[in-house]
Amino acid sequence: MARLIRNGAIVEDHGPEVLDLEQWLAAKDRGSRAVVLEPGESLAPLIEHIEEIPLVLVNFPTFMDGRGFSYGRELRERGYSGELRAVGHFMRDQLTYLSRCGFNAFQFEDESQLEAALESLADFSEYYQASVDQPLPLFRRRAADN
Amino acid sequence: MYVYDEYDQKIVDERVAQFRDQTRRFLDGDLSEAEFLPLRLQNGLYVQRLAPMLRVAVPYGLMSSRQLRKIAQLSRDYDKGYVHISTRQNIQFNWPELAEVPELLAELASVQMHAIQTSGNCIRNTTTDQYAGVAVDELEDPRPWCEIIRQWSTLHPEFAFLPRKFKIAVCGSEEDRAAIYAHDIGLELVTGENGDTAFRVLVGGGLGRTPVIGTEICARLQSRHLLTYLEAILRVYNQHGRRDNKYKARIKILVKAMGADAFREAVAQEWSRIKDGPGTLTGAEIERARSFFTAPEYREIDAAGADSELQARSAADPLFANWLKRNTVAHRVPGYQIVNVSLKATGFAPGDISDSQLELVADLAEQYSFGELRTTHQQNLVLADVEQGQLYSLWQQLQAAGLATPNIGYLTDMICCPGGDFCSLANAKSIPVAEAIQARFDDMDYVYDLGPLDLNISGCMNACGHHHIGHIGILGVDKKGQEFFQVSLGGNQGKDASIGKILGPSFRQEDMPDVMEKLLSTFVKLREGEETFIDTYRRVGIEPFKEYVYG
Ligand code: SF4
Repeated sequence: MARLIRNGAIVEDHGPEVLDLEQWLAAKDRGSRAVVLEPGESLAPLIEHIEEIPLVLVNFPTFMDGRGFSYGRELRERGYSGELRAVGHFMRDQLTYLSRCGFNAFQFEDESQLEAALESLADFSEYYQASVDQPLPLFRRRAADN
Repeated sequence: MYVYDEYDQKIVDERVAQFRDQTRRFLDGDLSEAEFLPLRLQNGLYVQRLAPMLRVAVPYGLMSSRQLRKIAQLSRDYDKGYVHISTRQNIQFNWPELAEVPELLAELASVQMHAIQTSGNCIRNTTTDQYAGVAVDELEDPRPWCEIIRQWSTLHPEFAFLPRKFKIAVCGSEEDRAAIYAHDIGLELVTGENGDTAFRVLVGGGLGRTPVIGTEICARLQSRHLLTYLEAILRVYNQHGRRDNKYKARIKILVKAMGADAFREAVAQEWSRIKDGPGTLTGAEIERARSFFTAPEYREIDAAGADSELQARSAADPLFANWLKRNTVAHRVPGYQIVNVSLKATGFAPGDISDSQLELVADLAEQYSFGELRTTHQQNLVLADVEQGQLYSLWQQLQAAGLATPNIGYLTDMICCPGGDFCSLANAKSIPVAEAIQARFDDMDYVYDLGPLDLNISGCMNACGHHHIGHIGILGVDKKGQEFFQVSLGGNQGKDASIGKILGPSFRQEDMPDVMEKLLSTFVKLREGEETFIDTYRRVGIEPFKEYVYG
């Protein structure tokens, strides 16, 4: 059973079977299957079924490939509200960026890192930009302060 | 200038704490070399030929005396007592110890400075006109917009792992002093339909291995949409920019591959989903940004009186007169003048400045220019608001410190990257070439007679010395392990920007002064009247130069 970070806590995963995008789109029982996105794939066909997806995994083949960050933002902007999980070779130092792009679950290759990684989620307490967990950019919040 | 509030300070402080922990983990062996690489780069830290190099951000080139004094102190405490001004208006330390860098960053944070995103595959320091706010030909001060972009781009969660680095420049004046055509995004302030601020948006310009002039994708973007539109461009780039080949990864390659129309369409698609959303700028925010860049308290000056005094001073002291003519620029407020502090004295690496010179300039800025100064992409400094009546005493002090070489805009005011003396990517040493050329052309009358001339030197294809847009460009190349130099002619920055054309086979380092001499004497022969080098070149083309140099 895989262990991962979900909503800020370490949990055991009992998630559904994972299909790639093509398989998922073709599956009859896709409403009970997770889909994994690879960099370079088009989100457009998935967006049509956004209500049906129980779990989205976004694979990071290397931590230098930042396409997954945009997937997160876009899925959330289009109304996806289920679990959004980063998998593959991202690093704990990217967790604040990932969570601000809408990821709420993180599955590391190396599970021994989980406890330490939790700390990285709290690297920043303030940001300039709007993000999924803070829909107002700082300039709008500053204005509200005054 | 912009002053941090508690939010800005908190963000920068938390970033220092984060990097302190990352550095510790790296030194303890808990973070691999490969993982630490992007993290240190995004904090300005390169590992260079001899030691790390730390690049400190100077947002759009603006600094206070207090900050400059801090830089001087840090250069003594952590480095060898000098720093380098880069062509992105940033400041580079050459020899800090990795283990000490977090402390150095903490000291910078104490004066509202940082090194965030000064390298790595992310949005870099936004640059602009070094004469912003004081230029005679300015339509609108670009700095409030640069600050708005700085905040938006700082630690942007979506765009920290782009295919490649990403550079934005903003121009608010008639003449383009920010090289907006040579940037990933170039923004030109223009007047919108109802007289308010708008932006002309260029994308896909850039130097490097494949130099390209930017293409317009929006003629008039209303200013409140600035950030959402930038976000849409970056999103298209982040998703579709190439990641398989670092030389094809810049946005210019994507724009070329898609075609400008298709690219514009893709941006419009992305934009339609976020346009008018929370990222839309409010009038209050624009006003807040502008409130930091209001005019200082200029004195009412009797301009005619100041002018006749200057004339008299000039007549009495020809050295001063020459400096006044070469190194100062007209100010939009009568009785004031813009002063360039030349960091191009013969015998010193272009753009280098020592700790004591930094402290002197900090004092002079306080004494003569409201405590502020600017760094320039030509690797000089600017004191922007000097009363004409004080120019003489300012000049005397600059002169005594070796900071008044009267060469701004001329041959010996060359742009030169750190090259093989410092940079691990270099093919060749650029500084010795710069110095040899400066030494050869020490007859200033000849240099002045040549007229304005941009000589730009890069030690490799990365083009940090902007060689493609120099009227004369010099590029270090590697020929079977030997350092050679390739020459190009006809580059230009500005609104009629062009990319230089390669003259022919490259030259040995020791031949470069002779090559320059041949090029320049060809120009002098072909020149009509007072024509500038670039005008002559555009009239006659590259052939006559080729013939004479290789003939
Ligand atoms: S142009 Fe090349 S040699 Fe010069 S600083 Fe840039 S990377 Fe280094």
